Amino acid sequence: MSDNLQTLGDALPRLGDAVLVTLQLTLGGAALAFVLALLLGFGSRSHRGAVRVPSRVVVEFFRGTSLIVQMFWLFYVLPVFGFRLESLACGVLALGLNYGAYGAEVVRGSINSVPAGQWEASTALNLGHVHRLRRVIFPQAWALMIPMFTNLLIQLLKGSALATYILLHDLNYFTEQLRRSTQDTFFSFTFGLLVYFAIAYLLTLVMNALEVRAKNRLGAGPTLREVLRIAPVPATAKAGAA
Amino acid sequence: MTDRDTTPAIEFRGVVKRFGDNTVLDGLDFTVAKGDRVTLIGPSGSGKTTILRLLMTLEESNGGLILIDGEPYTHEMRGGKRVAVPEKRRRQVRRRVGMVFQQFNLFPNMSVLENIIEAPVHVLGLSTAQAVVRAEELLEQVGLADKRDARCTQLSGGQQQRVAIARALAMDPEILLLDEVTSALDPEIVADVLGVLREVAETTDITMLIVTHEMQFARDVSNRVLMFDHGRIIEEAEPEVIFTAPREERTQQFLSAVLGEDTADRS
Repeated sequence: MSDNLQTLGDALPRLGDAVLVTLQLTLGGAALAFVLALLLGFGSRSHRGAVRVPSRVVVEFFRGTSLIVQMFWLFYVLPVFGFRLESLACGVLALGLNYGAYGAEVVRGSINSVPAGQWEASTALNLGHVHRLRRVIFPQAWALMIPMFTNLLIQLLKGSALATYILLHDLNYFTEQLRRSTQDTFFSFTFGLLVYFAIAYLLTLVMNALEVRAKNRLGAGPTLREVLRIAPVPATAKAGAA
Repeated sequence: MTDRDTTPAIEFRGVVKRFGDNTVLDGLDFTVAKGDRVTLIGPSGSGKTTILRLLMTLEESNGGLILIDGEPYTHEMRGGKRVAVPEKRRRQVRRRVGMVFQQFNLFPNMSVLENIIEAPVHVLGLSTAQAVVRAEELLEQVGLADKRDARCTQLSGGQQQRVAIARALAMDPEILLLDEVTSALDPEIVADVLGVLREVAETTDITMLIVTHEMQFARDVSNRVLMFDHGRIIEEAEPEVIFTAPREERTQQFLSAVLGEDTADRS
């Protein structure tokens, strides 16, 4: 065991690099996925067929194809057409496209879940289409989206492990290297699990904070400050007037 | 000017509305003069709320024309064909129409004040300062000046509805549609909301179209009552006449059913 720790200690600088690569894949992929989710999610709701149909096709395609095959395709096939992307760019792109397609469904569903009365009140106040979405509908849909986005983000983090196979030295790769140098399968893979879990847990905490804030803005639940204090929520924050 | 004053605020010409196989309005004609307060009564499913929703463009009609101040609103005749009016022109006409809903429909992501100033600032182009001054006046008028910065979710139903009324009035509508605005409220706070609306009726010349089961309110506020049944107007009269001596048997039945359960005087 002490040999293992010794080996791990020697590898620590490389662990930092590996975690950094995994974080770059995860956060880069998530940022791209988020933008795509919004574009494709809103596109899927468009009345114009020229917008809606391509959005649906893209969503269905990237949702329905394997992430690892997408990565391989970007990494090995795209150069055939004269576009050579860095490994990291391929990873981010594949993760963004794949999870963006899932996210688009989250966006679409959440927008549709905002009560009809909110749309109608906006019409009655003569708000323009874009204004209505931006100021009335989206802030309410956002609170519904976050828990589902949290799930997708964690899945995206785990999906990023596939980037090892397009030659990235990410956390998964590091774990494998650790196994080779220690010859201890249990130790190295357990260590890998724990690091992935730690990252996932941190991401969950951040997303939960976003969720608390979004709900509070809709007048539901405590403020983030109140939650972080872990003190009992004052009664006034919860109870509406009778 | 005199010419304009005789133009009806609202005119329905042969308006048809179907929901699937169910024809709710089948060639409805009626007009509402400027400044009129018209109450629509009748059993549920008789098409009253549909009329308000058509006027707010929340539903699309399947036939006929709706005119506001003599202007085609949602559809117009072009070359002998009925065509939809583009959204841009609808918006211009819709600006004159406001609506208060049964379920209030305040925006939960905004404070009371923000709910009221949102459309005046972004649609009418008022400065925030102007809109706030007006909003504060309106909150005063509906008796909620102290709730200016409250969250809508912290308000009771009656308070939310009063904010919704202030929000609709902040757009300076020429026509105000009231769709069962007290139906979702506890009986004891219905009077507050109706009191606010009575004052609006007394102090403004806004044309009002009211769907309500509060017959005393209808009697006090409106100058005309339309009795609907199966999407048609079966009786039309001044409130005094229709509530005391309805001509049609169907109206008598309806009123005795409604007034029978409504023994407590809520005014």
